[in-house]
Amino acid sequence: MKLIFERSREGRGTAYLPACDVPERLPAGELRKAPLRLAQVPETEVDRHYSELAQQTHGVNKGFYPLGSCTMKYNPAVNEYAASLPGFTDIHPLQDADSVKGAEELCSRLERYLAEITGMDAVTLQPAAGAHGEFTGLLLIKAYHRACGNTARKKIIVPDSAHGTNPASASMAGFDVVSIASDAHGCVDLDALRAAVGEDTAGLMLTNPNTVGLFDPNILEITRIVHEAGGLCYYDGANLNAVMGIARPGDMGFDVVHVNLHKTFSTPHGGGGPGSGPVGCRQFLARFLPHTGGAESIGDVRSFGGNFLVAVKAFAYILSIGAEGVPLAASNAVLNANYMRVKLADVYPMAYDTVCMHEFVMSLEKLHHETGVSALDVAKAMLDHGIHPPTMYFPLIVHEALMVEPTETETKETLDDAIAILRGIRDAAQADPASMHEMPLHTPVRRLDEVGAARNPVIKYAF
Amino acid sequence: MNFPKDLKYTGTHEWVKFEDEKTAYVGITDYAQDALGDLVFVNLPGEGDEVASGEAFADVESVKAVSDVNSPVTGTVAEVNEELADEPQKMNEAPYEAWFVKVENISGCADLMDADAYEEYIKTCD
Repeated sequence: MKLIFERSREGRGTAYLPACDVPERLPAGELRKAPLRLAQVPETEVDRHYSELAQQTHGVNKGFYPLGSCTMKYNPAVNEYAASLPGFTDIHPLQDADSVKGAEELCSRLERYLAEITGMDAVTLQPAAGAHGEFTGLLLIKAYHRACGNTARKKIIVPDSAHGTNPASASMAGFDVVSIASDAHGCVDLDALRAAVGEDTAGLMLTNPNTVGLFDPNILEITRIVHEAGGLCYYDGANLNAVMGIARPGDMGFDVVHVNLHKTFSTPHGGGGPGSGPVGCRQFLARFLPHTGGAESIGDVRSFGGNFLVAVKAFAYILSIGAEGVPLAASNAVLNANYMRVKLADVYPMAYDTVCMHEFVMSLEKLHHETGVSALDVAKAMLDHGIHPPTMYFPLIVHEALMVEPTETETKETLDDAIAILRGIRDAAQADPASMHEMPLHTPVRRLDEVGAARNPVIKYAF
Repeated sequence: MNFPKDLKYTGTHEWVKFEDEKTAYVGITDYAQDALGDLVFVNLPGEGDEVASGEAFADVESVKAVSDVNSPVTGTVAEVNEELADEPQKMNEAPYEAWFVKVENISGCADLMDADAYEEYIKTCD
């Protein structure tokens, strides 16, 4: 399709803005010398441009999106309705507090609900995304050790199955990262953990269920080992959808938690979301939270109260499904994942062949070895069937990995279709491996030059 | 896959080529580049940096993942192959010519394999 600049013709446009009716007071030196180089297009062309973009985009509202670890659940329309109410949209954080009581109440109630779901005592809504939440939580851990005079606690332990953001956030927060190997079941190796902890341990970061979709049966022992060494335990809430309303990170022994409203609580995810990554903590850490105004606070991590309208959507979601709906969503997410896992296991070997939580990881290593067809080829072939591919080549401890997370908001028919498509792709891979390297055939663009894009990115229009 | 006889290899898929007992070139093996896929970025240490055997001294990024590169030897970085930063594809095209660093004042090294032992070893890696 054409870029908007390729639709542009000199002198065309759509002018709705009235003429400026106040004097312009900017100093001459600050004024732009040449006009902005915007596309000059009439409204018809603008509309067609964005409609075409929308038609070429794949989203949950177009088809199945089993992108593992991302919890691409449906975003209910009622969330958007709530977030479009003028009482929420036409307010400003600096206006008189008496005039925004409703918004304030919404934030404090959402904080309470998230504290209840995670088993924490206090919550901040400020962080703008998951990794930002991790960074915030790690600053709480750092502030705690500093307040206790333990400046030697500089190491954060991260399992080798972790999301890449965990070591990255720890490093950003000024910690040294210690990676520990997983055991044969994909869970934390207790001996490796015992060997790693010590007087320099600041804490452990863990996702539970972990990135291979398994609930760590030793979770209480894990958090005990870290606590006994003087460290704190950070819960990466990326996979909270599997356990919300059923098991609480606080009860597992965690001290700090972030949740992704844009995953677990059905607010839009990607495509300009924006995200929101509230952080919860136990009472002994609450004095370090951002935005409290207290002397020990780590300070603001974002302006005002965070992405407020995202909080409105998450609040609408929790209220609309209610206290019964929260655990039901989790158990249906687990059921859907296990249904697909069992229906695929005979043709796509599972990395860990056991009952999973909300997602499962297939290893295509054998298929790759026998036919040359890789996880990437299978993912590309799925595009031709209108399915967004699963997460590929993650976690790193599984070779030729495809990580599937169907979520609870898909019907059995959708799952059955996806299972049939995946089985069909596998048959095609064995019958005609060479053809698989050509997939997809029917998408707006075929295989993208990922290497070229990474090595020589062209990220602006060349006028 | 190609494993030159004049190099030594680590269990984490780096090669080391000794000029003499105290000086060596270090890079990643053919197996490593093949497993990683097309490499798009390399993060190299600076001249004069100390490296320690078995510890990460560089990282490489492919379209799949970012991976640490461990040093097979303990010593001081004498030279850095800056060319790799501009042309990371050289690590894929000619892994044994695409050295990362030249290390001098070598005072120790990891357990190293010869080419035959490494070739046997990688059969256990899949």
